[in-house]
Amino acid sequence: MRVTVETALAHGLTAQEYERIESTLGRAPTIEELGVFSVMWSEHCSYKSSRAYLRGLPTTGPRVLQGPGENAGALDVGDGFAVVFKIESHNHPSFVEPFQGAATGVGGILRDIFTMGARPIANLNSLRFGSIDHPRTAFLVRGVVAGIGHYGNCIGVPTVGGEVAFDPGYDHNILVNAFTLGVVRADRIFRARATGVGNPVMYVGSRTGRDGIHGASLLASAEFDAESERKRPTVQVGDPFTEKLLLEACLELMAPEMSHHLVAIQDMGAAGLTSSSTEMASRGGTGIDLDLSCVPLREAGVTPYEILLSESQERMLLVVHRGSEDAVKAVFDKWDLEAAVIGRVTDTRRLRCTFEGRVVVDVPIAPLTDEAPVYERPAAEPQGGEESAKLKLTDLAEPADYNQTLLRLLESPNLCSREWVYRQYDSYVGGGTVVRPGSDAAVVRLPGSDKAIAMTVDCNSRLCLVDPYVGAVSAVAEAARNLAASGAEPIGVTNCLNFGSPEKPEVMWQFQQAVAGLRDACLAFGTPVISGNVSFYNETEGRSIPPTPVIGMVGLLEDASRHVTQWFKSEGDAVVLLGRNREELGSSEYLAVIHHQVRGGVPWIDLETERRLIRTVVEAAREGLLRSAHDVAEGGLAVALAECCIASETTAPLGARIELEGGFRPDALLFGESQARMIVSVRRRHLTRLREIARREEVPIAVIGEVRGQRLEIGDFVGIDVATLGEAWRTALAGMLAGSGGS
Amino acid sequence: MRWGVITFPGSNDDAQTAYVLERLLGETVVRLWHKDASVDGLDCIVLPGGFSYGDYLRCGAVARFSPIMLAVERFAREGGIVLGICNGFQILCEAGLLPGALIRNRELDFLCRRVHVRVEDADTAFTNRCRRGDVLDLPVKHGEGCYVADEATLRSLEAGRQIVLRYTDAEGRVTPEANPNGSLGAIAGVRNARGNVFGLMPHPEHACEWLVGGEDGRKIFLSVIASGSGVVDVSAAPTSSKVLSGP
Repeated sequence: MRVTVETALAHGLTAQEYERIESTLGRAPTIEELGVFSVMWSEHCSYKSSRAYLRGLPTTGPRVLQGPGENAGALDVGDGFAVVFKIESHNHPSFVEPFQGAATGVGGILRDIFTMGARPIANLNSLRFGSIDHPRTAFLVRGVVAGIGHYGNCIGVPTVGGEVAFDPGYDHNILVNAFTLGVVRADRIFRARATGVGNPVMYVGSRTGRDGIHGASLLASAEFDAESERKRPTVQVGDPFTEKLLLEACLELMAPEMSHHLVAIQDMGAAGLTSSSTEMASRGGTGIDLDLSCVPLREAGVTPYEILLSESQERMLLVVHRGSEDAVKAVFDKWDLEAAVIGRVTDTRRLRCTFEGRVVVDVPIAPLTDEAPVYERPAAEPQGGEESAKLKLTDLAEPADYNQTLLRLLESPNLCSREWVYRQYDSYVGGGTVVRPGSDAAVVRLPGSDKAIAMTVDCNSRLCLVDPYVGAVSAVAEAARNLAASGAEPIGVTNCLNFGSPEKPEVMWQFQQAVAGLRDACLAFGTPVISGNVSFYNETEGRSIPPTPVIGMVGLLEDASRHVTQWFKSEGDAVVLLGRNREELGSSEYLAVIHHQVRGGVPWIDLETERRLIRTVVEAAREGLLRSAHDVAEGGLAVALAECCIASETTAPLGARIELEGGFRPDALLFGESQARMIVSVRRRHLTRLREIARREEVPIAVIGEVRGQRLEIGDFVGIDVATLGEAWRTALAGMLAGSGGS
Repeated sequence: MRWGVITFPGSNDDAQTAYVLERLLGETVVRLWHKDASVDGLDCIVLPGGFSYGDYLRCGAVARFSPIMLAVERFAREGGIVLGICNGFQILCEAGLLPGALIRNRELDFLCRRVHVRVEDADTAFTNRCRRGDVLDLPVKHGEGCYVADEATLRSLEAGRQIVLRYTDAEGRVTPEANPNGSLGAIAGVRNARGNVFGLMPHPEHACEWLVGGEDGRKIFLSVIASGSGVVDVSAAPTSSKVLSGP
């Protein structure tokens, strides 16, 4: 087939990019070469629009063993252990085919982690759907949740936490971001650098089929239109059972007694064999020759073009030492998996592929990777936002009945219990889960040590839409508060930056602002960004999603038994507010649910204040002072207090008697979403010590009440049985999903 | 005791079961591979939880044909103690070593939550460290845990005191809400007539430490240890306790 500029355009390349390919090669590319360029230069693989901005993120620190640039990042957590973690999007496939899209998203991020030699010990996910009333939402939620459960449960990695949000801004572009954390000996991290000229390149795992061609790469690098439904066949199909075998076989190969056979290993994810081979050669400063005729195939007649671009799941590419082929093959034989030598490492710095004796690809590596196009896309602040952002509190009617208002908030889509979701996930498997889903952060024990790792994923897209800088800062701050509330010190960040089309100046402005916020907040908390993912083109027919920089943050507990949960524990404990209430209602859940308004700017935020609050809570937890701790976030103080009262799986419901001093509107006091606040409960005798710590950190501290009885009472405004609160909160989501259309 | 813990392709709770037995209870554990042909020299075999062979067909339907299952059947026939947890329970039913079958949960979805189970008979190799009527707090995590059997089988299970655990509320009452999967008779665990083979859907191995899941699961393993090594046969034992009536 003769390749022309039209063929290139059909592959999602621009005319300029095609010219660049021709001048690089000094000739027209073959169809296979065009395929290789198109996926490697896709937004998804090349980060061509984001790379210039991401350079500003802090990526170093005393704990960093591996920053961005490998399959995942790694942090030293002491005692000879490292944690390896990353978050990645699978947005476009999950909208087209929710079950398989979400399932393969989980499969992909798991491979990124065990490729590094780490055993995955925890999955989390951040999910954003359209309005709960949208006819497609229930179908998408069911499919995505079932897909995540199917993959994680079957492969035996616990899903321990996450977030689910609903907003009409995602009606046509849902977000499915999957996070995995694994554990490895710090001196046994494997990397993906193809070195040693003449070393064999081995293919292991599932056979290659025709599924997912241009799946993750191209589907995720263009916006949706009326035709997008037809792209369903490009969504990959997951097989968690095969991945379980692949996981065990790879870790067996990477164990001390076998690992001398292995030089490099990389997952075949987006852009499959093409990206794994070129990226390994690029990092190793080498070249790779592949004989595509040797690739194990699912069916006869698969073309070299399809072999190069297939995104069949559960496959890995290995570079092994010469003479180790049989030993490596024996490991994969044991697990009934394919293993085949398909090529060699060369010193040519070129990717050269033959098929049935004919050369189909012969291109230099550098233009595919380090020298791929980088665009400094124009950015411009959107106009006309100021008027709609204004909010005069005096124009808002105060609720007549605060009990009803609180119940309506607890039943609302973004605040109600996620139990219907997480009960479909195995959160026990692996045996290390200390805090299961439902509290501020998940906590998983570090195997073979007294330590534990806390994890959370967070974003408030409503704030990001109003002000992407403040939104990103607040996402990092909320994540840090969630970790602190579990007793953990924040140590590192991964991020998944979900945005609209980078070709629009206002989207690039949002992106630029969010990255700046992310940078400033991570610098303030001393939490380097060690891995991440950018997902652009989350838009349909010209309408983009709200900017959504999802933060995955990891924290360390030196003593797992000192972990803290959000639920009140005993009658008589003092309820303490750390931080200051402000008369703010802008962009709050209360404004959206009760007054049907999204306006009023963003809350006041200050990173130094946040940092001091985090230090206070982590120190108090370390000293064993805290009976419970809970971040005050969406829904404000009243919702946070209700969540502290409601029964958990392991604690009984407990009421509280609360008195709040405000001197301002009660609805702002109860439901305002001022930042830098936490509710903790402590034994009376520990109050003095807690006050000392707070004073040292200059954090405002106030005893606001006592854990008591079976009712939540807040001043003269709220008085409800905890059982009533719990029932409303717990049953709402299942009810709404059953009630809204969908199939 | 010498325990054998089988790893089928797709087993997920094998390592956790071995960890509990070895590290927490000080037992000797031999890790068995599904292609092994012998279980000689062992006192108790555990079939752990997971998704053997992906469970793409009926759960346990492929694993029962694993080479090791021939050895397990022989071991059970000779009176050896066999414990099947979750997927292990499903495999034992498929293999005909336990009566009944496990089908899709009543609500159709996979379900991960804590349950309470009441000990219906403390006179077994698996519950002798409990008292009859004790309520254990254990996790379940399964998509196909709804226990079913025909009327006659259920009647003979009742009569033969083969129903070992039932789902109840925290106070030990059988209620529809306390039954997580719609199991007939709220059955959470059954033994064979001879009393040496036991399967249950809840996961005792995930409830053996205060920090992660509580400690009620220990009682199951400690009972097996207390029953001692060797042949177990309760079918001949005198019926000392009355049979509890079903729900």
